[in-house]
Amino acid sequence: MSELVRLSIAEARDALAAGDTTSVALTEAYLAAIEAGRAHNAFVTETPDRALDMARASDARRKTGEAGPLEGIPLGIKDLFCTEGVQTTAGSHILEGFVPQYESSVSANLWRDGAVMLGKLNLDEFAMGSANITSHFGPVANPWKRADDPDKVMVPGGSSGGSAAAVAAGLVAGATGTDTGGSIRQPASFCGIVGMKPTYGRCSRWGIVAFASSLDQAGPMTRTVRDSAIMLNSMCGFDPRDSTSVDMAVPDFESVLTGDIRGMKIGIPREYRVEGMPEDIDRLWRQGIEWLHEAGAETVDVSLPHTKYALPTYYIVAPAEASSNLARYDGVRYGQRVPGGSLLEMYENTREAGFGREVKRRVMIGTYVLSAGYYDAYYLKAQKLRTLISQDFAQAFEKCDVLLTPTAPSTAFAQGEKQDDPVAMYLNDVFTVPASLAGLPGISVPAGLGSDGLPLGLQLIGKPFDEQTVLTAGGVLESAAGFRSFLAA
Amino acid sequence: MSLDKATVARIAHLARIRLPEEELEPMAKELSRMLDFVEQLNEVNTDGVEPMTSVAPHTLRQRDDVVTDGGIQDKVLANAPEKVGGFFAVPKVVE
Repeated sequence: MSELVRLSIAEARDALAAGDTTSVALTEAYLAAIEAGRAHNAFVTETPDRALDMARASDARRKTGEAGPLEGIPLGIKDLFCTEGVQTTAGSHILEGFVPQYESSVSANLWRDGAVMLGKLNLDEFAMGSANITSHFGPVANPWKRADDPDKVMVPGGSSGGSAAAVAAGLVAGATGTDTGGSIRQPASFCGIVGMKPTYGRCSRWGIVAFASSLDQAGPMTRTVRDSAIMLNSMCGFDPRDSTSVDMAVPDFESVLTGDIRGMKIGIPREYRVEGMPEDIDRLWRQGIEWLHEAGAETVDVSLPHTKYALPTYYIVAPAEASSNLARYDGVRYGQRVPGGSLLEMYENTREAGFGREVKRRVMIGTYVLSAGYYDAYYLKAQKLRTLISQDFAQAFEKCDVLLTPTAPSTAFAQGEKQDDPVAMYLNDVFTVPASLAGLPGISVPAGLGSDGLPLGLQLIGKPFDEQTVLTAGGVLESAAGFRSFLAA
Repeated sequence: MSLDKATVARIAHLARIRLPEEELEPMAKELSRMLDFVEQLNEVNTDGVEPMTSVAPHTLRQRDDVVTDGGIQDKVLANAPEKVGGFFAVPKVVE
């Protein structure tokens, strides 16, 4: 493996600026890594020609002194972001062959800042899943192996599983992800990388295939906290095309990585100590508390009393919004079409053939909870619970600056495990969903290994629009954990 | 809540997803399991609680009611499974 692909984004940026390498050299190194790493199935679509064109253009810009903040950095894009002229599938058969005539705002921001696109990364179908096993284009393999069972293929988490695996395996310098209930943070934890979901509204959702619009938010997936800060700076920003995009200045996220958290108050939510939590995770959580203590922070016990209701709330709200968002896939304007004798039959045949089982299940649950006679009992009830969950966080943040929790209740599991019971699968997101419901920023930082030798992340959750505190504390956790030594491959 | 086959068939129709007869029963089981899971919300008294309508503490922005794009018929139709004379084509709706 070329040394070039081992550079973090910050290191590659500095090497490019110093003239020690070029974007073309960097891009070629990644294209070779992608070719050698096809067994991970991390990509749905590789775009090597476009990557080299973009790299050449980047090197030319640098020569004329026009380098952007991400100038020449090769990235992977989750295949949920529409990319002009490049197939965008959302991991679904129904969108196979769809070539957007427009570019998502977030990816456009990355190209504006000089980044290079290596291709489109695999994901759970329509971002619905926690193991990247629901993709129409096959499951993604986590580059990490169990210490005592290296033959088993581990899942990378989901839904941004292709992004997480590609970053961990050194196939891309960084990747975009989207997080609806934990789809950035949970796979980051499973693959030993950093994954950050900013506050809802920080990144434009325009041009991102919608799953649950009140929850979806884009974010970076990288090997270091600094890299996340760098990517976030480019990804965020006001976009008049997304009515929920927040018109607010984007701070310089990289400048907050001072390592100084003296006097910072870290909240430890007692309800996250769930029954039957593996000892590994509890131990790591205590270790994280100690690390932050040693760096001069104080810890305070806080309570988030409605935590146990977050997951059931999510599994009403998200499918309800999905059933509405996915109504547009009817075989008329884009994507696959399966003919039928009538228009209605065509819709039904198209959606039967085009959607996988998990998507059908969620669309149907969403349809049910929104249907006449059930709306109040389910959807309205869930929206009220969402208010209570959000209030829990607001009250906790009166006593602390940021919350520290585990990211996921386990390390990665093997392909084929846990697949029979949808509800058991949903429990993967038990620690990430509450912050999503409240729209809060959160990061997963790789902090150690479980007893099976697989990575485990710790999560920091911040106040609305306070990504800075999350990043500052995340940087401290990362240094204390010695994160770089855990890099896979 | 346990859903029967007839209810699942009705939901499938509302969702515009054809569900073959042999899939009704397994789907009924899976959906019932999900509904059982979400019904724990009934433990919580939510009297007087306002439902959340916006996660961010700001009101939805509005823009002027003006055309901001247009004249891109080719782009709009570029991915159409079937198009005729500059329109999306579907099976005959009116006899």
